[in-house]
Amino acid sequence: MQREDFPMLNKDIIYFDNGATTFKPKEVINGVLDYYTNYTSNAHRGDYDLSQKVDYLYESTREVVQKFINAESSKEIIFTSGTTMSLNMIVSSFMRYYLAKGDEVLITKSEHASNVLPWLELEREKGIVVKYIPLDKDYKVTLENIQKVVTSKTKVISLAYVTNVIGDIRPIKEISKFAHSKDILMVVDGAQSVPHLKTDVIGDDIDFLAFSGHKMLGPTGVGVLYAKEKYLKVMKPLLYGGGMNSRFESDKKVEYKDLPLRLEAGTQNIAGVLGLREAILYLEKIGIDKIHKHEVELKKYLLKKLETIDNIEIYNKQSETGIVVFNIKNIFSEDTSRYLNHYKICVRAGNHCTKMLKDELGVKNTCRISFYLYNTKEEIDKLIAILKDNKRIYEVIL
Amino acid sequence: MDSNLKREIIIDNVENPFHKGLENKDDFIKANTHNESCIDNIDLYVKIENEKIVDAYFEGEACAITTSATSIMLKNIIGKTKEEARDIMREYYKMIEEEEFNNLKLGELNAYQDISKQPSRKKCATLPFQTLEKTLIISDMEIKDKN
Repeated sequence: MQREDFPMLNKDIIYFDNGATTFKPKEVINGVLDYYTNYTSNAHRGDYDLSQKVDYLYESTREVVQKFINAESSKEIIFTSGTTMSLNMIVSSFMRYYLAKGDEVLITKSEHASNVLPWLELEREKGIVVKYIPLDKDYKVTLENIQKVVTSKTKVISLAYVTNVIGDIRPIKEISKFAHSKDILMVVDGAQSVPHLKTDVIGDDIDFLAFSGHKMLGPTGVGVLYAKEKYLKVMKPLLYGGGMNSRFESDKKVEYKDLPLRLEAGTQNIAGVLGLREAILYLEKIGIDKIHKHEVELKKYLLKKLETIDNIEIYNKQSETGIVVFNIKNIFSEDTSRYLNHYKICVRAGNHCTKMLKDELGVKNTCRISFYLYNTKEEIDKLIAILKDNKRIYEVIL
Repeated sequence: MDSNLKREIIIDNVENPFHKGLENKDDFIKANTHNESCIDNIDLYVKIENEKIVDAYFEGEACAITTSATSIMLKNIIGKTKEEARDIMREYYKMIEEEEFNNLKLGELNAYQDISKQPSRKKCATLPFQTLEKTLIISDMEIKDKN
């Protein structure tokens, strides 16, 4: 794929940490730069040409996102600062009022902190009950296991579409169908899926979806909250102020705007939204299915090569995404990542914000390789050559 | 100390850490240090009688620098009084911060002389002593309470 589109790839580094964030193509960088250089102004404010241009681009980005995830209406697209904010809005601005004491929310131990901590806070605050869906031997979620823990009190299932360590794809469509048959709402953390897999919120019948721009070639600090209109309509704003009110008077009569602006108080991250627009257009130009296929092919290639090194432990051979988690036997993951860093190879070491997964995996810390469209087999070959030589690790890092 | 010897000392303590793992934790003061910037996670167990460290162990997962520095620190402090341990600590911190220090007091800890060249590793190297200080403070407070 077009590696020359990515200025960061000219820096003689091998970047395998795309689960954390991704490099940006020139289109995205120029999109942001163009806004700051050529037509800076606020959206939804002025009658002058500049502002109208920004207004048009900002609002039509909503339609770009709507089509990208196949939502019913662009009113269902709310811009946020990222997945974390989107999930917090779902929990704080909707679930806090929707759920009552004793209601149950199902998550798993392989969820990212952002799909755990907001729920645990609500549990403390309101007395809802957070329960864990048991994972199968490959750390996957199955409908069977969900059925085992669902009770008449279960009101929400909140899952990552693709988990950020194991990289397994959850059967969301099947789970949604079951959930809705029991009047259970379906919340999906799309941080690791939207950049890599075709998203279809109508097809999968997803009630709430959260994702980030920076993990899909876009700028940092911008993300999306999607929810079915009927839920957004009753969602309380997290923030009140400019941009979201239609009138307020000294007699304290207040009226707020309709969706989506009611949920976007204050000047938004306009540059970020415009960058996200370019990122989505770029991904669509390449084709998201092609990207997924490429990543799965890279994973298979990497696994085959890793098997030729006898002291490597791999924890997620089964999952069909571009994520591989491994350790060199008896070597602390951070030492491995430092060793690879010496050769300008970037991988992530640690618990990857899924601190409960250790209960399931039996290992606290791992090295994670996560691919994206610009990674190549040649890069994998370089990684393998260095990993093969891993008896030299202490010589290199100490 | 030449760099090969330093590395050998560190690797030996990574591969054969001293006093790692403790069955019976009765009478030991425990402290844990999570390193904010990374994932090192060490539990330190120190037994103090009459102001003297009579025994000490550690548990947990950490990088090569932290694991080895903990191992070597334990070898150095067992049998020492709290004040003597703190004296070693002070000399060690001076070395890490590239100040003048007394290398005779540090023994194998001299293996970390060059760590200041890698600023991001200073935390790893000082983590064991930060944890030790926590246990000593707990001990100080216990004695105060008794008095």
